[in-house]
Amino acid sequence: MRRTTPRVLPGFGLSLGITVVYLTLIVLIPLSAVFLKTSGLTFERFWALTTSPRVLASYRLTFGASLLAALIDVVFGLILAWGLVRHSFPLKRLVDALIDLPFALPTAVAGIALTAIYAKNGWLGQYLEPLGLKIAFGPPGVVVALMFIGLPFVVRTVQPVLEDLELELEEAAATLGASRWQIVRSVVLPTLFPAILTGFTLAFARAVGEYGSVIFIAGNIPMVSEITPLLIITRLEQYDYVGATAIATVMLVISFALLLAINGLQAWTARRTGRLAT
Amino acid sequence: MLAASLFRPIAWVGFTCAWLLVLSVVVLAQTTILNVSYDVTRELYKDINTAFATVHKKRTGEAVTVNQSHGGSSRQALSVASGLEADVVTMNQAPDIDILVERGGLVAKAWRERFPHGAVPYTTTTVFLVRKGNPKNIKDWPDLARSGIQVIVPNPKTSGNGRYTYLAAWGFALHKDGNEAAAREFVTRVFANVPVLDGGGRGATTTFTQRDTGDVLVTFENEALLIGKELGADKFDIVYPSVSIEAAAPVALVETVVDKRGTRKTATAYLEFLFSPAGQEIIARHYFRPQDRNVLAANKARFPDVALISVERDLGGWEKVQSAHFADNGIYDQISVKR
Repeated sequence: MRRTTPRVLPGFGLSLGITVVYLTLIVLIPLSAVFLKTSGLTFERFWALTTSPRVLASYRLTFGASLLAALIDVVFGLILAWGLVRHSFPLKRLVDALIDLPFALPTAVAGIALTAIYAKNGWLGQYLEPLGLKIAFGPPGVVVALMFIGLPFVVRTVQPVLEDLELELEEAAATLGASRWQIVRSVVLPTLFPAILTGFTLAFARAVGEYGSVIFIAGNIPMVSEITPLLIITRLEQYDYVGATAIATVMLVISFALLLAINGLQAWTARRTGRLAT
Repeated sequence: MLAASLFRPIAWVGFTCAWLLVLSVVVLAQTTILNVSYDVTRELYKDINTAFATVHKKRTGEAVTVNQSHGGSSRQALSVASGLEADVVTMNQAPDIDILVERGGLVAKAWRERFPHGAVPYTTTTVFLVRKGNPKNIKDWPDLARSGIQVIVPNPKTSGNGRYTYLAAWGFALHKDGNEAAAREFVTRVFANVPVLDGGGRGATTTFTQRDTGDVLVTFENEALLIGKELGADKFDIVYPSVSIEAAAPVALVETVVDKRGTRKTATAYLEFLFSPAGQEIIARHYFRPQDRNVLAANKARFPDVALISVERDLGGWEKVQSAHFADNGIYDQISVKR
């Protein structure tokens, strides 16, 4: 007599096994090395290292600029995705392909190009600087670089959902007397919301870890325009592995908490819209 | 028919393998050594390596190829410490070789005594590069601390070049006012004038020359002279301050690697070549100050006299400088939070 009833879907043990082993090898082991290296520190030393004014300023810049850049990307990514899905225009395929460019471009190239454009003798910088808008070599430059690398994440997550959105829903809303704005607010946006949130999360997470492009445009001035990954690299270059991993640990914890919160928000909206649908 | 068509590919494979074997024997007969160096010596070592190969072949009959690897000095030292098989290291500051002594004894403790001049084949110094005609009238260190002047310097935390600049400014103020509080106040003011901190010397050059940012670039003499040559002497002027710092570029043999690869003799000959008149002549041609008195005298026009501060002689040595200034919460950290 068998004690367990066989599952409806076969292969549960195998797929769970592969999932756990793979995640452990690729993600968990390297991350736990970070924590292990840090554990060599006393708590006072760890606290002093990770909460010095200079490091605190870098957290503010890294997370603040990433948040701002991801929000801007959401607004313009949504408009871009809308344009690509709902309208047809000449060279549309080319524009569509252009969006992926920030994925493929080495980030250092992006950083150098953006710096060249926004520096005070650059194409845009020469007009912006007299207006008092200093982009390159300051925090605004950081936001611009992060916007550049984050944009495709938003467009590429929203686009397929928008393509699948049934036009009939909007037509039905229109026949029921909804205004254009009401349709967008009550029909289109709620359906897109999970995709927007995913795009936002990806863009934000990518921005927090970005180093290559930011380093060229930021100016890297202590207390003003130093991002946290730069402080980590600086410590590594001084052979201070423990100090580097201590700051990395704090970044990991903050990032993980933020991602967890966003995922929770996503699950909550899924449940809510699910209940509304039934 | 079938047998023949089967045989042919096998014959080709066999033929190719045989050739590869012959080729690899030819290649193996040639000794290769790897020189791991810092960022701005690419051009120098390309010339040195060719010259050395010719001299070495004539003297010993051994054909040798020297491969080179470049990057920020400390980062390169870190790669060697974590396993990059360098036969020799040629850095721009002693701490980057000392670290290889500390980490598993890759380099002999007495590396300074292995070669002439404390194992330093050449020095350079820190100078100012200003825009043509010197519109902001920058003459000496105090001008860098004036308000309204933008100073471009690479990050002292990650670059030897920036570190020497910081120490030169410190040494100048210490020499002038005679006390540390004044020196600290002076470097704080100089670094408050820095709008961009690049990771290395070449990055700072780009910011100053290509991005048109800053009134003065403080960098190595060889880099300043190279900028004049590459980008035209009509755009920039070099200003020599009243006092500067001697930036000594030390070299060393990586003991564990040369023993393992059996390249001790060749690698030693390579480093000795740097100190020979022929090597010193190439060094001078690349705007580094040679140690050989005769070669230096022959190139006098290129290298004006400057009063030089030495880290070892005047600032108490690298170990003291490292722990007092650049360690965690050292003086440099303290002044950069204050800006």
